[in-house]
Amino acid sequence: MNALITIITALLILSGSAFALIAAIGLNRLPDLFTRMHAASKAGTVGSGLLLLAAGLHADDFAILVRAVAGFVFFVLTAPISAHLVAMAAHKVGYKLDSRSVIDELAEDAS
Amino acid sequence: MTAFTINVIFAVFWVAVSGSASLLNLMLGFLVGAMSLGLIREQANGTSYLRRIGRILSLILLFFKELSLSAWRVAVLVTRPNMQLKPGIFAFPLTVDRDFEITLLANLITLTPGTLSVDVSKDRKRLFVHALDCSDVEAAKRDIAEGFERKILEAFR
Repeated sequence: MNALITIITALLILSGSAFALIAAIGLNRLPDLFTRMHAASKAGTVGSGLLLLAAGLHADDFAILVRAVAGFVFFVLTAPISAHLVAMAAHKVGYKLDSRSVIDELAEDAS
Repeated sequence: MTAFTINVIFAVFWVAVSGSASLLNLMLGFLVGAMSLGLIREQANGTSYLRRIGRILSLILLFFKELSLSAWRVAVLVTRPNMQLKPGIFAFPLTVDRDFEITLLANLITLTPGTLSVDVSKDRKRLFVHALDCSDVEAAKRDIAEGFERKILEAFR
């Protein structure tokens, strides 16, 4: 039983850090702020969520596990709001979409 | 009626955050939740709890499925040597009209594959969504309308 929990914890830590790494790679490689927010909000949330779960499992204490899960839930609630605010603010001050963008109905709406 | 459900959720959160899962603590959390709900009371409408709880659970399940899919898609995209991007912002016509439903839909959209909500139009009829792949805008709109928006309408109407 203990060995099983250790293995699951290890897998969670590995996959969590993999997603965090992917979020970082995405931030570097994607062309403009809007596409970058995709990487930061999704892969970032999942990565830190998995790491939190791993910490909760490893503690071997139900109270700590529940707190870790609550932390994950709050992460899921807050990450999209910050991504949304950053994207909206960037669009309002006139940050251009990448040249590969095919459509911008928000700009049409504002004009 | 829904106030009770929210109250129970508050109580569970209280237990989770304060970290002792005893009955007494749950009751204390329920009391604190009831007091905070008393400060912000407004929504009240019919349909039985149980059915609504079932629908909310199915919304949550759909959400976690889409979230893991979404993280996976981002992972595949950014690790490809040549990224196939066709980003853009499209306007999604909203059927939901209550503030909290729009907020929920916007949050769900942000955490699902390839889409990020950017803004709501002033008349609150359209939600502006940034998508990584805008090659088929109509299909993307249909996915949102038939997925999350329908589930939200089922759960909260």
